[in-house]
Amino acid sequence: MSQKTILLDHGSGGLASQELISDLFLKHLDNPILRSLEDSAIVENYPGKLAFTTDSYVVDPIFFPGGDIGKLAVHGTINDLAMRGAKPLYLSLGLILEEGMPLDDLEKIIISIALSCKDCGIDIVAGDTKVVPKGKGDKIFINTSGIGIVEEGIDISSKNAKAGDVVLLSGTMGDHGITIMTRRAGISMEGKLESDTMPLHRLVQRLLAEIPGSVHTLRDPTRGGVATSLNEIAANSGLAITIEDEALPIRPEVRAACEILGLEPLYLANEGKCLAIVSSDQADKALAIMRSCPEGKEAAIIGQLTEGKPGRVVINTPIGGSRVVTPLHGEPLPRIC
Amino acid sequence: MKYLDEFRDKELARPLVAELKKSVTKPLRVMEICGSHTMAIFRNGIRSILPEGYTLISGPGCPVCVTSASHMDAFIEMATHPGVRVAIFGDLFRVPGTHGSLANAGAEGAKIDVVYSSMDALDLAVSHPADLIVFLGVGFETTTPGIAATILAAKNRNIKNFAVFSTQKVMPPPLMALLDDPRLKIDGLLCPGHVSSIIGAGAYQPLVDRYNLACVVAGFETTDLLNGLILLARQVGQGQPKVENTYQRVVNWEGNVRAAKMVDEIFESADMEWRGLGVIPGSGLAIREKYAEFDAVARLDITLPEAEEAKGCRCGEILKGMSVPTKCPLFKTRCTPQNPIGPCMVSSEGTCAAYYKYGMDQ
Repeated sequence: MSQKTILLDHGSGGLASQELISDLFLKHLDNPILRSLEDSAIVENYPGKLAFTTDSYVVDPIFFPGGDIGKLAVHGTINDLAMRGAKPLYLSLGLILEEGMPLDDLEKIIISIALSCKDCGIDIVAGDTKVVPKGKGDKIFINTSGIGIVEEGIDISSKNAKAGDVVLLSGTMGDHGITIMTRRAGISMEGKLESDTMPLHRLVQRLLAEIPGSVHTLRDPTRGGVATSLNEIAANSGLAITIEDEALPIRPEVRAACEILGLEPLYLANEGKCLAIVSSDQADKALAIMRSCPEGKEAAIIGQLTEGKPGRVVINTPIGGSRVVTPLHGEPLPRIC
Repeated sequence: MKYLDEFRDKELARPLVAELKKSVTKPLRVMEICGSHTMAIFRNGIRSILPEGYTLISGPGCPVCVTSASHMDAFIEMATHPGVRVAIFGDLFRVPGTHGSLANAGAEGAKIDVVYSSMDALDLAVSHPADLIVFLGVGFETTTPGIAATILAAKNRNIKNFAVFSTQKVMPPPLMALLDDPRLKIDGLLCPGHVSSIIGAGAYQPLVDRYNLACVVAGFETTDLLNGLILLARQVGQGQPKVENTYQRVVNWEGNVRAAKMVDEIFESADMEWRGLGVIPGSGLAIREKYAEFDAVARLDITLPEAEEAKGCRCGEILKGMSVPTKCPLFKTRCTPQNPIGPCMVSSEGTCAAYYKYGMDQ
């Protein structure tokens, strides 16, 4: 393409738009359904129930250690499908580009989307691009919607959690949130801070296949972190949750960055982790399954659901004390001292 | 993490919990002055294991919480001044003034940058030569030396588009003002760690002499806190108040003399308004005439607007340790971390935010 940056013309629907579609989108995302360039995608029907979800991605910076906005947009929507026990099948891709965005950056993001889709075995089957004048957007915003299939007999919901169930976390907390925050702050840390963006559908499918009926609830603790997701599970199930501070997996460099910025890892976003609420008799097996998956090597049992005050989440501290864990309110702001 | 994990060691902390229980021989009331102590006490679940008879009261040591509504109004007005770009610490972003906050002003187009150090504000001045960068100084002794160093750096580097709006405060005068109030009945103070690293543990000796108060300087980790609370209970039990320093890895008796000298070069003592406490003589720091070019108040000719504090808000009493958040009619009803009315809710170190976040009412 001759132009080096995105122009308003690229969103006009005219020649420049078509050039963008053929030279960039189809070049990297090609598949028979997308290639037809019809007004909507007609997809295969599979037995079972359909799961349908949508999410928008506005992360700043758009490139960060461990990933980029494109990879995040694929994984995030796949994970939302996976959290209901669905096998992800198709994605749509909506782009809102800011005039002046370098085309090279866009291509990098599209390639990243293509690689992520390939890795996950999923196709982009519908798409749209709009361009807004400079200053009216921030480089690129992405929306992805996803369709997945929930096989007969699978019922994953936060309402299904039962007293006595065990809470598992599939890996370390806060990697994504702290990576983005330290990048924004221009703080460089010793050690490697990296987003954990990762698709979880394979780990989920293994859990569902190997301990059928024992996984009651799945949640990916994205914005609001583990603390907020646990509060949602407690509220929806009408149960209490007790977690153990010492059981929470966290990387030393994430903990160090949190100390410096005055943030709590329990409230930081994750993009490749899930909380699983599992029957207590299958908890050890669930842990072994998670740990045998590349996505869940650092999985841990972190707590249990109890018949306590409905909706309450309590953490036991190492010294034998306890405190209530409330959901996140407002953006986490760094402390003054 | 070195220097942290050792002080969080469970094997060390558990015996201290048992010792804390034994150390209380008579009921006592202790004020933790510092907001970071308040948060650390909650986070470690120390309140849940306090022995009977041990009462902890949260004091006025969160710098954001004690920033007056009139100062907030002046900050917000300054942020909307054409050609001005303000640099702030994150906590200040949502603190309410009379009408709205800096967050609201930002949404309406004011130029506001959250920085992690006052030196970052100086970098902003270099990268935005057309704007006057005003750093809003709202800290205690801990942050003042950094700001003094920034002003000196601005002078040395001949950076002209940088100024500081100082509402910097010092700790001893408000403590004296609080302790002179006969309604405040306390036996001891858990003295702040970071402030003490600058002013020294010796700064609390007058409180022992004048008010017969037990004073223990403590750090922020589990064993630091437990140790501090044990020593306070012992002092009170034995009726022998004195200054003890359990944070010797950071704090000495004299304080940081070099930092104090730098602060004295830039700042002079001034009267200062505190939210909930009113104007306390000699409790603030103003920029000396010699450095007036870096004084936003002098440079932009700012007069403090009269401001009324929010009706029903109990932040004043809470800061004095005379009430608790759960007794405030606004707590969790109209005043939440998302929509804070009083500043004790907005700062993560504020007493109300700590009560809310750690579910003390539940």
